[in-house]
Amino acid sequence: MSNWTSSLIGLLVGLLTALQVGASTPADQLANASFSEKQTLIQTWIESDSSTALSVVQLLLDGRLYYEKNTNRLVLIDTHKTGQPLTDFATGQAGTIEKKRAYKRVSVNNTLRTFLRDTLAAAQLSDADPAVRLSSVQQMLGDLTPENADQIAKFRAQETDTDVVDLMDLALAIDRLDRGTPAEQAQAIARLADSLTVEAMNALRAVPANSPLASQARSGIQSIEHRRNRYKAVETLYFGLSLGSVLVLAGIGLAITFGVMGVINMAHGELIMLGAYTTFVIQQILPSQPGMALLISLPCAFMVSGLVGIGIQRGVIRFLTGRPLETLLATFGISLILQQAVRSIFSPLNRSVVTPEWMAGSWEINAALSLTLNRLYVIGFCLVVFFVLLTLLKRSSLGLQVRAVSQNRQMAQAMGVRSGWVDALTFGLGSGVAGLAGVALSQLTNVGPNMGQAYIIDSFMVVVFGGVGNLWGTLVAGLSLGIANKLLEPWAGAVLAKILVLVFIVLFIQKNPRGLFPQRGRAAEG
Amino acid sequence: MFPIAGKKTLRILPIALATALSNAALAADTIKVGVLHSLSGTMAISETTLKDTMLMLIEEQNKKGGLLGKQLEAVVVDPASNWPLFAEKARELVEKDGVDAIFGCWTSVSRKSVLPVIEELDSLLFYPVQYEGEESSKNVFYTGAAPNQQAIPAVDYLMEQGVKRWVLAGTDYVYPRTTNKILEAYLKANGVAESDIMINYTPFGHSDWQSIVSDIKGFGAEGKKTAVVSTINGDANVPFYKELGAQGVNADDIPVIAFSVGEEELSGMDTAPLVGHLAAWNYFMSAESESNDEFIDAWHAYTGDEDRVTNDPMEAHYIGFNMWVEAVKKAQSTEPGAVQDAIIGVSVPNLTGGLSSMMPNHHISKPVLIGEIQDDGQFEIVSETPGLVVGDAWSDYLPGSKDLISDWRAPLSCGAYDVVSAKCSGQEL
Repeated sequence: MSNWTSSLIGLLVGLLTALQVGASTPADQLANASFSEKQTLIQTWIESDSSTALSVVQLLLDGRLYYEKNTNRLVLIDTHKTGQPLTDFATGQAGTIEKKRAYKRVSVNNTLRTFLRDTLAAAQLSDADPAVRLSSVQQMLGDLTPENADQIAKFRAQETDTDVVDLMDLALAIDRLDRGTPAEQAQAIARLADSLTVEAMNALRAVPANSPLASQARSGIQSIEHRRNRYKAVETLYFGLSLGSVLVLAGIGLAITFGVMGVINMAHGELIMLGAYTTFVIQQILPSQPGMALLISLPCAFMVSGLVGIGIQRGVIRFLTGRPLETLLATFGISLILQQAVRSIFSPLNRSVVTPEWMAGSWEINAALSLTLNRLYVIGFCLVVFFVLLTLLKRSSLGLQVRAVSQNRQMAQAMGVRSGWVDALTFGLGSGVAGLAGVALSQLTNVGPNMGQAYIIDSFMVVVFGGVGNLWGTLVAGLSLGIANKLLEPWAGAVLAKILVLVFIVLFIQKNPRGLFPQRGRAAEG
Repeated sequence: MFPIAGKKTLRILPIALATALSNAALAADTIKVGVLHSLSGTMAISETTLKDTMLMLIEEQNKKGGLLGKQLEAVVVDPASNWPLFAEKARELVEKDGVDAIFGCWTSVSRKSVLPVIEELDSLLFYPVQYEGEESSKNVFYTGAAPNQQAIPAVDYLMEQGVKRWVLAGTDYVYPRTTNKILEAYLKANGVAESDIMINYTPFGHSDWQSIVSDIKGFGAEGKKTAVVSTINGDANVPFYKELGAQGVNADDIPVIAFSVGEEELSGMDTAPLVGHLAAWNYFMSAESESNDEFIDAWHAYTGDEDRVTNDPMEAHYIGFNMWVEAVKKAQSTEPGAVQDAIIGVSVPNLTGGLSSMMPNHHISKPVLIGEIQDDGQFEIVSETPGLVVGDAWSDYLPGSKDLISDWRAPLSCGAYDVVSAKCSGQEL
């Protein structure tokens, strides 16, 4: 019994001293410090205990470090919600969050975040992973100080990865231009003129105009700018292709329903929206695997939009055959019904669709040119959808029947084609493709009840410009309109560029009412 | 259209019934409050929440015993994001339903559409959204921010952070154009060179931001610290931020400070790539005060959804409604003329822990907060003005309006009084 008590007292005393020691550590001051105080706190902390301090830096950057409001005790929290687990920072003891409001995140602002990243970068120059070392040098390059440069110079000798070596040499050249002997400076300018990076260009710009090296620096800047402009042109082309692929994706379903069947479907945009909402719903079902959810969404969105499309065709459009004005009004009404239905079911707010990791960021070709991955995937997806549809219409028996019905309905019926059935399936196909477009668009833009309206005009524009009834026309029209828009945008501005493109289309249609690729022969009479 | 209207009617039905039963004699004699927010169409995305906020505030006031011994009754109409319909519905609210005050509108064009009607019928409109200023009506109370309560402090904060180059990006309509004109004048007055300011406008709902983001990147890569001041509106924000994330522009390099992105807009975005970008408002859901905690709890209880967020225009309605209630108590009447006189000088608690007052120019005083976006869709408050900022109806930085003041108290009673020529050019009593 006495043993028990004494050990208990021992434990208590131990705990108390631990608490007292704890009170003097920077950990307790962190909670309520201002941003600049936090910075000095971490600086001194790194000098006294660098491994703990660096782990705190990492935690701050990840946003996992919280504190209890009334005790200032630091805790680690992954999900800030009542009932979720937490870990005490000092003792590692597990617990639960009894009340969400009792804990608050240790706050970080942009200035402090940059400082934390720089601190971490300095420590990561010796990391085993070359990618980490690369981003570490990159971070230092953004805000190069003499201390940083000395640090880089120290690790340069033992660096083996060629990418990291290149970047380190760039940093050292910038540093030499700033601090080196005249001979070193001249050498540095030659080195920097070979680079494509903005850092090199800015370093050369900083050379004073009265310096003997000024003319050399100026020609260096010109050389960099010249090469960067070439890549800029490639980038503009890519932007145009990407905008074009979005236009093609949005319009290609319409190329089938309007182009092949001749139905003016004003609810086309809402079918795109349904595809996007399908993506949202599937992501809600599979919250931890956004990538997988996106892939599953493709067939699901095709089914959802396709079935709704078939419903619209069987329920409304087939009774209005040959009355385009009534079809237009009826489908416009359907589009309003679908919008309001989505507003009532999902709320009028936009829904957030997550971008999977493999689609985020960009593919960096060199310092002057990088292609955004999400758009690269959309361009690829657009081409796949296009060629699958083309094959389907050209080579399958359904495609044969669709073309037969659209060219001469009576004759096709006489040959035993069930034209009503073909109509429904064709409309379903066009609508399903709109659903696929919705999945792709959910990765680029907002998912909300109004999203369809943004695409309906563009879709009709692309189909009419390309030539009604011609899939190739839709592809060429979409891509060329996209590129034209992006070529105009830099000097005309976004608003004027759009107007100019529309004016051009109006003039073009005046001259060529059947679009870029008019149908010829018997198909044209249908 | 029907499901929303139906659900809400059901929700307020018990209140109406309770009123009728408990006070049969006075049942016909309620104080009517008009709620003029779009429940369908483009603007439903923002305005539906404000309609719910008003219903909640009215319900709470009724639980406290109503006003002047009477119960309040909300009259909800749907102007369907259609600007001329706003004017028609406002007329209907005042003439047919006999409401004593209207809480509503979101876009400036909807307010401008209601303005002549509300002035002609001499009723009251409480307008809860940040706007471009350059207006002061005897019949309108501006509880949202004027440019000096949002844009200018935001730019001040960024200057403190060392920003030297500025991109002013906005949607092409009156609010961004006026705000950017004011900001451009302000920046130049603070020694920023013309070549360090880039102004860019895009159409409504613009969805392809590739070239613009690339231009911003280029503009920001010239060695000086650069920031984007965004007056981009509504749906165009999501693709804008997505493109920023995709092109690797993060908040350390080029922070974006937005005046139209709040908690509710963030709830529809993937916030991971946005961390560190900024917004300037007079209220954030993360503000620490008891009144805010109570408001959030009440909102969660009212909507039955723990994940619903609160935002700045909601706080503006909270302040505006409470000011109206206080003014009615003070005047002992709901008659608009009496309330107009009584409301000037009324102070009520705001949700950030202070008091807001109605000023003689029909704008209110409130603190300005700068917040950084967090990955959970909330804002971390990184800066707060030391005191309250009084809304300025006429900007001091525009040549046409710098001499104008607005004071609706007797004897001046003028919305646009030129202090140099000593003439009143606005609406007069």
